[in-house]
Amino acid sequence: MADGSIGLWTVPLAVLGGAIRVSTPFLFVSLGECITERSGRINLGLEGTLVMGAMSAYGISYVTGSPWLGVLAAGITGALLGALHAGICSLPRVNDVAVGIALMLFGTGLAFYLGKPLIEPTAPRLPAIDFGWWSDVPQVRAALRVNVLFLIGVALAPILYWAFRTTRWGLLIRTAGESSDAARAMGHSVLLIRLRATMVGGFLAGIGGSFLSLFYPGSWNEGLSSGQGITAVALVIFARWDPLLCLWASLAFGGAAALGPALQSVGVTSGYHLFNAAPYILTLAIMIITCSPKRTLTGAPAELSITR
Amino acid sequence: MTSEAADSAEAAGAIAPAADPGFLQRYGGTIEYVLIPGAALVGALAVFGIFVMLFGKNPLDLYFYMYQGAFGTWFSWQNTLTRAAPLILTALCTALPAQLGMVIIGGEGALLIGALSATSIALALQGMPPLVVQIAMVIAGVVGGGLWIMLSGALRQYRGVNETISSLLLVYIGLAILNHLVEGAMRDPASLNKPSTREIGAANMIGSIPGTDVHWGLVFGLIAAIASYILIYHTVFGFAARVAGGNIRAAKIVGLGVSKLILTVCFLAGGAAGLAGMVEVAAVQGRTNANLAAGYGFTGILVAFLARQNPLAIIPVAILLGGISASGGLLQRRLGLPDASVLVLQGIIFVFVLASDALYGRIGFLKGKS
Repeated sequence: MADGSIGLWTVPLAVLGGAIRVSTPFLFVSLGECITERSGRINLGLEGTLVMGAMSAYGISYVTGSPWLGVLAAGITGALLGALHAGICSLPRVNDVAVGIALMLFGTGLAFYLGKPLIEPTAPRLPAIDFGWWSDVPQVRAALRVNVLFLIGVALAPILYWAFRTTRWGLLIRTAGESSDAARAMGHSVLLIRLRATMVGGFLAGIGGSFLSLFYPGSWNEGLSSGQGITAVALVIFARWDPLLCLWASLAFGGAAALGPALQSVGVTSGYHLFNAAPYILTLAIMIITCSPKRTLTGAPAELSITR
Repeated sequence: MTSEAADSAEAAGAIAPAADPGFLQRYGGTIEYVLIPGAALVGALAVFGIFVMLFGKNPLDLYFYMYQGAFGTWFSWQNTLTRAAPLILTALCTALPAQLGMVIIGGEGALLIGALSATSIALALQGMPPLVVQIAMVIAGVVGGGLWIMLSGALRQYRGVNETISSLLLVYIGLAILNHLVEGAMRDPASLNKPSTREIGAANMIGSIPGTDVHWGLVFGLIAAIASYILIYHTVFGFAARVAGGNIRAAKIVGLGVSKLILTVCFLAGGAAGLAGMVEVAAVQGRTNANLAAGYGFTGILVAFLARQNPLAIIPVAILLGGISASGGLLQRRLGLPDASVLVLQGIIFVFVLASDALYGRIGFLKGKS
C-alpha cells in the first residue's frame, strides 16, 4: 500500500481500533450489569466500581509487578462493592437506584482518595496480542493490537447467553428477576440470589476498570473514566438484557466513542464533543423509540424497579 | 422540630408513657425524621473517623478541623453558605419530582444548561442596563434548566422512558453541548488554556449580600426552597402532586391532570437547578466553562435524600453539606488529607442515610404506646 492512500482509511481504521479498545470496559460492565439486572435489581454504582477497579488494579500491579494480580484485585474490589450494594438493598424499603448513586459517589471518592499516590508511578501493563502482524501499515497494526481481556469478554457474552437459557443458575437468576414470589415459592432466597448476582456483576465491572488503567489508556488518573460505567448501565437497557446484544452494543458504543478522536486526527475538529456524547444520545434515542407508556420494554425483568 | 423536642419525647416514652399518649402519636413521625437522619449522620462521621484513623490521622483532629473549616469562623461560615446556595437549588431538582414518586438525578445537566442559557442571554444583551440583563439571565436560566428536566418528565409521561436513566443521560448530553459551544461557537478567542465564553461583564454580576462575601444566590435558594414548601404543602396543586405521587391510579380516577402535574413539577425542578447554574455564572465564574461541572448537581441529590425530599429541610442539610465541602481545604492543609476525602465522606453519609430508611416505624419508644 502506498503511503498516501492510508489517508481516507484512517477514520474507519481508528473506529475499528476504538471499537476493540474502547468497548472492553463497556463490555465487562454491561455483562456484569446484565447479570445483576436479570436478577431484578439495578446497580447504578458500577461507575464507582469501574473507577475503584481501575485504581486497585493499578495499585496492585505496581506493588506486585504482576498486572494479572491487578486484574484479580480489581475483580475482588468490585465484588466487595457489589456485596455492599446488595447488602444495603436487602434492608426493607431501601431504593436500589438511590443506593447506586450513593455508591457511585463513594466508589469514585474512595478511588481518588486511595489513588492519590498512584498518579506518579508507572505500573506494569497488560500485554497485547498483535493480530496485525501481516500488515506493514502502522495504523492497521495499531488497530489490531488486541488485549486478552477483550477476547475473554467476547467469549463471555455467548457463555452468559447460554447460561441464562440452560443452566440452573441462569434460571434461578431469571426467576428472581421475573417473579420474586415464584423464586420464594421454590424455596430459594431472593435476597441471596440477588446478592450473588450483584457481586458477580461488581466483579466483572471491576475487571472492566482494570482494563482502563492497565491497558487503554493505561495509566491511573482522576479523569480516567468519563462516565463509561453509567453508559454501560444504559447500554444494558439498549441491549434489552441480552448478553449477545450487549456485545454488539459495546462494540458500537466503542466505535462511536472513537469517532470523535478519529475525525479530529484527520482535521475534523468541530463536532468532537458531540461525537463523544454519541453513546448517550444513541441510548436515549433507542429508549424513546422502543418504550411506550402502555407496555414496558420487551425483555425487561419484571421485578426491575426502573421498568415498573 | 428541635433536638429538645426529641429529648422530651424520649423522656416521655421512658418515664411516663401513659402521661400523654397523644404526644407521640402526633409528633412521633416528625421526631423520627430528625432522629434517624441525625443518627445516620453521626454514624457516617464515626465511620469516616475510623477510616482516617487507618491512615494514621487523629479523628478528633479531623472533627475539630471540619468544624473549624465549616462553621468555626465568620470566614468559614461565608464559605459554607456560598457553597450551600447552589446545593439548595439542585436539591430541589430531585426533591420536587420526588413528590410525584419520580427519581430525577439530572440536576447537574439542568445546572449546565441553565448556566449556558443565562450566559447566552447576557452576552446577547450587552449594553443593556444591568438589572435588565440580570432579570433576563434568571429567566433564561430557569427556562433552560426547566425545559431540560421537563424533557425527562415528558419522555416518562408520553413514552414511558424511565426518568432516572433519561435525566442521567441528559447530564452527559448537556455537558457535551456545553463543551461543544464553549470550544466552538461561543468561545472567547482570548481564553487559550481554558476554553470559555466571553465574560458577562462585571456590571452584570449579581454581587454579594451587603456586609458579607456571600452572593445573592443564597437568597435565591432560600426563596426557592420556601416557595417550594408552600407550593407542595399549602396549595391545591401541591396536594394534587402528592396524591399523584402516592397513588397514580387514584389521582387519575379523581380526575387530576397527571400529565400537566408531571410536566409542571419537572419544569420547576429543572428551573431550580438552572437557576443554580445562572447563580454560578452571575455570582462566581462570570462566564461559562467546564468549571461549572463541579458536581453540585450530584451533591444536590444527596441533600434531597438526606432532607427526605422536604423543601424546608433542604436548607439546613444544604448548609451542612456545604460546610463539609468548605472544610475540605482546611483538611487538606492541616491534616494532609487528599481533596477527595470530602467525596468519600459524602458517599459514606449517603450510604448511611439510605440504609437508615429501613428504621422508620421500627423504633420502639416512638411508636406511641398503646
